[in-house]
Amino acid sequence: MNPALPNLALTLPLILLTPLASAGLALIHQGLGRSRSAAHSMLATLCTLAIAAIAFTLLGNHWTGYPGGPAHTLHIAGASWNWLGNLPLLANSAGNANPAASLALILQVFAAGLAAIIPLSAGTDRWRLTPICLATAVFSAFLYPLMAHWVWASGWLAQLGANFHLAPFQDFGGAAVIQVPGGLMALSVAWILGPRRGKYSAGQATAIPGHNIVQVLFGCLIALVGFIALESAACLLFGNALPEQIPAVILNAVLSASAGCLAAVLTTQIRYRKPDASLSANGWIAGLVAGSAGCHWIAPPAAILIAAIAGFLTTRLVEILELRLLVDDPGGAISVHAASGLWGLLACAIFSTEPGNSHQNQILAQIVGIATLIGFLLPLLHAANLLLNRFLPYRTDRDGDWQGMDIRELGSGAYPEFVIHADEFVPR
Amino acid sequence: MKLIGCLLLLSGWLIVLAALVMLQVFAQRSAFIAAGLGTEILGLFLLTNAYTAQQRRQK
Repeated sequence: MNPALPNLALTLPLILLTPLASAGLALIHQGLGRSRSAAHSMLATLCTLAIAAIAFTLLGNHWTGYPGGPAHTLHIAGASWNWLGNLPLLANSAGNANPAASLALILQVFAAGLAAIIPLSAGTDRWRLTPICLATAVFSAFLYPLMAHWVWASGWLAQLGANFHLAPFQDFGGAAVIQVPGGLMALSVAWILGPRRGKYSAGQATAIPGHNIVQVLFGCLIALVGFIALESAACLLFGNALPEQIPAVILNAVLSASAGCLAAVLTTQIRYRKPDASLSANGWIAGLVAGSAGCHWIAPPAAILIAAIAGFLTTRLVEILELRLLVDDPGGAISVHAASGLWGLLACAIFSTEPGNSHQNQILAQIVGIATLIGFLLPLLHAANLLLNRFLPYRTDRDGDWQGMDIRELGSGAYPEFVIHADEFVPR
Repeated sequence: MKLIGCLLLLSGWLIVLAALVMLQVFAQRSAFIAAGLGTEILGLFLLTNAYTAQQRRQK
């Protein structure tokens, strides 16, 4: 069955703007890390995007498929379970006479890349480049396609309504497909890597501030454009949105980012007596993430409320993870992408204005999706990371921790002119 | 602890799937799905606790 072709003149430019979300996140991750690992962080992002594009196109697209495309289906207890896509391997069907499927492939390539760079934030300053590449290849080829198919390509979660008399699981902007898998991967990586050396000394957590907060805040602005494009394109391709509904999606995204950021500014102002720039940046992205799940079917006031709660939750959760659970996540990916994404998925059902589905059924459907992310995807991601870590240790050695990843892995620093020479302070 | 945590996560998901397949009445299904999610939260708690304890030892 060939899916209906969405408005090409609208969809294609939106898809082409999607990589700005990755560019924004790359700037945020880099700025929140230390200056001695800045070049490594950006190179890791580029390598991750490159590997994700190749691995997803050659293998992942086979399992992902597209809405209404060929799939592996099991019939159990009178219901059909659409588990995996069944497109030709090695992208042999790409560029054929099905433009909607080709557009879906291009968007999925960018989406897989975006999901794959999220864990880099948790591994900043200590995750080696080779394991990053290997983990990205496995993630893009085998793990990302699962949720992508189940939610965006007529998989069993999208068919909960037809098969189990619930409402279909809803995620228009990629919270369950991109953000939560990326955030859970970040959690797994942070557990395996352990904290940066010097983070916890003398029984206390030491603040290791980001080295370039201007880049972080600029990255937020770039990411906004990317998220707007991603959500709009996904709504057109996978959410059956009409072009005239896209302005509402864009408005919701802008309001979400704004409310998330302001909530974080306010929370940190009250808590620390001054607004915290890095946590406010996290609030901006958390708002976007939380608002992405229901961007198509929530009213603007609901988008503001959802994002404000996400912004507040993020600032609290960053602190809980760092101080109580001893999880060192320099970029806050776990709180921003996993926790806010999960909240957004639930909020999507609570505040949805979509006609036809009862709120009860929709909430239950969203809980099934959330249970799948936590109960199935997290153990799978963690098992994969533990296995890969056995073959190729993720963490750099002790010297790498002190030298920084730039010198250790790349042989030169990102800012060679920033060296402070002792003779500069000698009176002349 | 880590293994038990992971197994509880998976078990919770299987309870949710079983509720979808075997139960039709909304209230029963909701109760089983809530039980499945509860099992997952317990698994996540155990897993998190295991890693926190590991970090504490290494600290």
